[in-house]
Amino acid sequence: MKIAVCIKQVPETTEVKINPNTNTLVREGVSSITNPFDEYAVEEALLIREKHGGEVHVISMGPPQAIEVLKNALAVGVDKAYLLSDAAFAGADTLATAYTLSKMIEKIGDVDLVICGKQAIDGDTAQVGPGIATRLGISQLTYVSKVREIDAAKKRIVVERFLENGREVVESSLPVVITVIKDINEPRLPSLLGIKKAAKAQIPTLTAKDIGADENKTGLKGSPTWVSKVFSPESRGGGEVLKGELSEVLPLLVEKMMESKFIK
Amino acid sequence: MANLLLEKDEKTGGVDASAYKNVWVFIEHDLGKVSSVSFELLGQGRNLANDLGYQLCGLLLCDSEQTEGFIKEGFAYGAEKVYVMESPLLKTYRTDPFACGATALIQKYKPEIVLIGATTQGRDFAGNVATALGAGLTADCTGLDIDPETKFLRQTRPAFGGSIMAVILDYPQFRPQMATVRPKAFPMPARDDSRKGEVLRDSLPMTEDQVRTKVLDFIRGAEAINLVDAEIIVSGGRGVGNADNFKVIKRLADALRAAVGASRAAVDSGWISYEHQVGQTGRTVRPKIYIAAGISGAIQHQAGMKTSDIIVAINKDPEAPIFKIATYGIIGDLFTVLPLLTEEFKKRLGR
Repeated sequence: MKIAVCIKQVPETTEVKINPNTNTLVREGVSSITNPFDEYAVEEALLIREKHGGEVHVISMGPPQAIEVLKNALAVGVDKAYLLSDAAFAGADTLATAYTLSKMIEKIGDVDLVICGKQAIDGDTAQVGPGIATRLGISQLTYVSKVREIDAAKKRIVVERFLENGREVVESSLPVVITVIKDINEPRLPSLLGIKKAAKAQIPTLTAKDIGADENKTGLKGSPTWVSKVFSPESRGGGEVLKGELSEVLPLLVEKMMESKFIK
Repeated sequence: MANLLLEKDEKTGGVDASAYKNVWVFIEHDLGKVSSVSFELLGQGRNLANDLGYQLCGLLLCDSEQTEGFIKEGFAYGAEKVYVMESPLLKTYRTDPFACGATALIQKYKPEIVLIGATTQGRDFAGNVATALGAGLTADCTGLDIDPETKFLRQTRPAFGGSIMAVILDYPQFRPQMATVRPKAFPMPARDDSRKGEVLRDSLPMTEDQVRTKVLDFIRGAEAINLVDAEIIVSGGRGVGNADNFKVIKRLADALRAAVGASRAAVDSGWISYEHQVGQTGRTVRPKIYIAAGISGAIQHQAGMKTSDIIVAINKDPEAPIFKIATYGIIGDLFTVLPLLTEEFKKRLGR
């Protein structure tokens, strides 16, 4: 099995604020992490490699500092890591991002399985996984909560997809893109040796030219959408704490809830 | 707007926006029923179509047994036209035939706006269709309107777990403007079964052997009410203490005919399964009433529930952040408060 995993460096979302004077994002001093869903993607790739053999290639598109998330992946044991970093990639929306990642996956070549997190916690779009599948012309299985079986010889995979009303058991041909949710596994921690090896690893940085990408389809140029404005969400009215003895407060609460007419 | 015009020459989409007209809503169906978010989108789609002087149209992909009923519902909620593809391949959702059919219809009829529910199905579908079309797609919108000057679709959405809101536009070289929209972001419009409209039929350009996936089974969730559709949710967090104690949460939920939610702390402790998790790495919910018991209300939890209409917080710690967003807060032990509330509601509701 040749597996490609796409991961993203994201800011700790709890620390993202808006400068009320300029109405722009305050990025200074915000720490970065691997997108949590992508950690499940990396772990699932490692589990599949343990069972079926093969190699795990991890890709991240981002600024030079995104190398950190690739080092984290190397530390838990992936085989190869690649950073896609180029001024031509800057300002990409999901269409351009999916294009760029798909070009790298084509460059790796003969990939049987692409794994992504179901979405990144900064943009929360869940669009890049399906975008990669469509660009590569292969099947997609989103919201995967379990990989039940893989038959590498017959090029088939059976997974469970986590939907609103239950779990769908579905079979697909390989190659396929799967996007995974939190429930699928428990990501391992890196070993000391792994961290040491990752620190020394040389991670190649590839540009648009290196992956044969058409610069009209990457970055800002290849993006149909743009952010025209950001603002702080309306804050909810300050909470009303009902104070007093429970024997008085609870009937009051029940009264208020019944008045809402939402309880039937 | 100056910036937009300057950048225009560099953009490569290259479609003639004037060829694109009308507002389309994807009529999603799941388990043999039209999803309510599709009706909500017909409601808001009507406002957008009126602002633009366009028709409101439904996009329906289904099998022949479902067609007539679903078309009628589309008209009843405001569609003037429904574009239909009918095939046994379209009985239940699968990415390949649905995306193939929708892409073909959009290429043929060129809607200017396409709205899709931000459900698991809608997001699986939209990401594929928009990529095939090379169109812009904005995810999980909570606001939609038309810019009065440019007539572009303004798509408002939360980002960074709801820490910020962003307004997204599509460059005019790219059409249609596509958006997935969060369920319950817009009100359900009035149903009028006397409405009629036009039906346009096309055939699906795909055969079963071209479909790369096969659904083998569907395992229904353990709960009668799913969290995303629930009108009332009772959630428990770290304060619940262990798996057995969740029965206190469940009893109140039963009395209110509510769904049971949980914080990440409770799920990660193994007290309750992941399907109940609300928050950034769980589900995003928008019930009428959200009762948070023993949940401190970390930002990651708030990201999944803070747009609920009424939030009731019950926590021993008066400093818990949940009280800052709660409509009503009770400082107290959930093991005292919840049984009393359960009894009181049972009495009032005669249950």
